[in-house]
Amino acid sequence: MASNYDDILQKLNEHLKQFCPPEIEITPDTDLINQLAIDSVKLLNLVMEIEDEFDISVPLNALADVQTVHELANLIHQIKSAQ
Amino acid sequence: MSLLDKLDAIAAARKALLPEGVEVFGTPIEEVYSSTAAKIGDRRVLFLGTNNYLGLTFAPQCLEAAHKAIDSEGTGTTGSRMANGSYSGHRALEREFAEFYRCHSCIVFTTGYQANLATISGLAGTGDVILIDGDSHASIYDGCRLSGAEIIRFRHNDAQDLEKRLRRLGDRSRSALIIVEGIYSMLGDRTPLAEIVRIKTTYHSTLLLDEAHSLGVLGQTGQGLVEETGLLDQVDFITGTFSKSLGNIGGYCVSNHPQLDQLRYVSRPYIFTASPTPATIASTRAALKLLREGVELRRQLWSNARTLYARLKELGYQLGPEPSPIIATILDTPQEAIALWRGLLEHGIYVNLMLPPAAPEGKSLVRCSVSAAHSSEQIDFIGETFAVLRKTIFQH
Ligand SMILES: Cc1ncc(COP(=O)(O)O)c(C=O)c1O
Repeated sequence: MASNYDDILQKLNEHLKQFCPPEIEITPDTDLINQLAIDSVKLLNLVMEIEDEFDISVPLNALADVQTVHELANLIHQIKSAQ
Repeated sequence: MSLLDKLDAIAAARKALLPEGVEVFGTPIEEVYSSTAAKIGDRRVLFLGTNNYLGLTFAPQCLEAAHKAIDSEGTGTTGSRMANGSYSGHRALEREFAEFYRCHSCIVFTTGYQANLATISGLAGTGDVILIDGDSHASIYDGCRLSGAEIIRFRHNDAQDLEKRLRRLGDRSRSALIIVEGIYSMLGDRTPLAEIVRIKTTYHSTLLLDEAHSLGVLGQTGQGLVEETGLLDQVDFITGTFSKSLGNIGGYCVSNHPQLDQLRYVSRPYIFTASPTPATIASTRAALKLLREGVELRRQLWSNARTLYARLKELGYQLGPEPSPIIATILDTPQEAIALWRGLLEHGIYVNLMLPPAAPEGKSLVRCSVSAAHSSEQIDFIGETFAVLRKTIFQH
């Protein structure tokens, strides 16, 4: 099971590639909204993909605090670890 | 960014998207002639987006009841029922709704929006989980937020996806609230209720069904999807609105769980707002009677819905997955949607326009809702207008 943080980050990056313009390199500090232009609707769809990948449910409430790639990876990690 | 700067940014985004000189949102209506006709600018238009499914806004019985109530009880209750008391009409309407659904309890709310806010936030709280369909109405999202419960979205109308999420919850599924809608307001499709009921029973969860767009529209007596599917006894809570098939304003929740009545003491959207006006209550009671007896209205409504759906499909418009009184044409870009909306208005037909992010999955919709009050000639005229616009807007 991919519950270590680095594995999660790597898998998450695969999902984020679809949003990433060629000139941007995704790092843990990349801002989902301002740099990858992931708006609220796209974010909800992305979360559905991630939920399937990691077999978790991400509560909408928790997403309010997520701004960067690291924060999203960390959230997934926390939910996975609590399972 | 200051508070006002944020609003300026919204004004700029609107200006960039919307054409000059037309009020796309909140279009000024100068005069109303009937349940289906009004004046916009200096033109007479046909209403084709008002969710007035049974056309009851001018039903003589409802008008008369409203007039009488104003004369005898005044224009307003000037406060909440908790503070100012419960008029006999409010109590009678609750009894009539409970009797209509053959269930123990009903609470009437000031709007349908508040019915969802009050019911959801009254049932669930911090530590509970609510599972909602991805295409849920804003009132459901807002009710969930107000509750403080954990909110989990499942894929629209995908019962398997819901089941997967319940399974992940383990024992917590027993205190989970599942929320679905009878007919979804964007594309007019129905929730797969039999499947949802099977799942909620397996996982011992609680089910809330919003019949906002299906009350008066589905079922022999108009109860909604619960009647059409014969699943009334399997649904824990039903909410709905007076603002569509009943042609008024207000909302309700009915349930066989007697605990529903406790919401009157804990639910803020019920306690801290004024109760509906006497005229609203009296005319809604008259409308509910017409709705229950409205077999012929429903037959006409569905005949109109099926005819228009088939015509638009034949013309090549991309539509929602099944015929229903809500007929949404799905457009690739906001510009196409605005052009179609505007073209319809220029031909005297007023419909709804939905642009991202209001419409699901970044789509743009031109949404029609047919009424039992539309004549077959009007439905033909609407079809012809869509045919003309198909040629002019989408020649390529
Ligand atoms: C599914 C759904 N629920 C609730 C509401 C809220 O009802 P109202 O507009 O009567 O407050 C609406 C309509 O706007 C709706 O479409």
